[in-house]
Amino acid sequence: MSCRRMENKFLAYVDGRLKESERLEMEKHLSACGACQLRVNEFRAVTGLLDELPEIEPSAAFDVRVRARVAAEPVKQGWWAWLTPSPRVAFAASLLLLATVWVASRPAEHPLTAADEAQINQDLPGLENFDVLSDFGALTDLPQPVQPDDAVDTNPDQNQNQDQGQDQNQDQKQPK
Amino acid sequence: MLDVKAGDEQSFELLLQRYRTPLVNFLYRMVRAREEAEDLAQEVFLRVYRARKEYVPSAKFTTWLFRIATNLALNSVRDNRHQRMEVSLDAPVTIDAEDGDEKVLDIAEKHPNIEQYMVEEARKKMIRHAIDKLPEKQRAAVLLHKYQELDYGDIAKILECSESALKSLLFRAYETLRVELAPLVARQGKQQ
Repeated sequence: MSCRRMENKFLAYVDGRLKESERLEMEKHLSACGACQLRVNEFRAVTGLLDELPEIEPSAAFDVRVRARVAAEPVKQGWWAWLTPSPRVAFAASLLLLATVWVASRPAEHPLTAADEAQINQDLPGLENFDVLSDFGALTDLPQPVQPDDAVDTNPDQNQNQDQGQDQNQDQKQPK
Repeated sequence: MLDVKAGDEQSFELLLQRYRTPLVNFLYRMVRAREEAEDLAQEVFLRVYRARKEYVPSAKFTTWLFRIATNLALNSVRDNRHQRMEVSLDAPVTIDAEDGDEKVLDIAEKHPNIEQYMVEEARKKMIRHAIDKLPEKQRAAVLLHKYQELDYGDIAKILECSESALKSLLFRAYETLRVELAPLVARQGKQQ
């Protein structure tokens, strides 16, 4: 039995975790191999040294902190949670249902006749532009509509030209 | 744990009382800072509580618990590695007190035999130092093997490796410790 093959089992041997057959095989090897016997003893010494380290106790506040953190955890609700009766949701749903039924059951106050609809369709182009026309600045800035009688006075340049033309015609008509 | 899963809060309290000390010790030996070890242990319990509804007893509860603890500890050690390397050389000389806290060495401490006390403390410090020097995974393996006395199979599951890989890992770790602690080992051998 080679030392190389046995060394992987040193620790298990020291721990007492070898099977009975493996343990017997190890002991047979160790009795014939001083080097391996020494290493096994050193492994045993190492585990003994590790035992010397003392244990520490958690601080007094440790448990309190764990409990506080656990208590602060949000309560998880499963997918079925929304099925759980909730008074507020039930009340709101009832109100909504009642309102829907009430609105649906109301009769129309002034049902439209075919004539009304035809009239609306006829007025529709004007109604569509009502907002624009009712507040169209350019139209409100225009001067007052002119009266037919005052039409001549309203354009003196044109009248003057017309007068000059008439004078010229009269001059041409006069004998030289 | 199944009772905790069923909503029994008292059972969670039992788990807390049963595992608080082993967990805090394991984490303290991994991260070498008491306050951090307690914070991590609290996190372990919190994760157990959060996962209680999904818990499936496919493995031992202890295996599951220490798997959570080991992952947290390994992450913490890796995150703090750089920070630990920056410890000032001007820092005051300290010894590790038995309660796990580091404190400034006070020669006038009330010990009947201060010399013997200092020899014992130096010995413990040497052992702690040897464990600290192990690579994280080897350290976790040794702590789970030595102090939690878990089976090889359970430790392998915790460290997510095969049982043969774990045996090899443990062998290398104990070999390193044997060399690091050679002066103490020789003295121990003579005593035996």
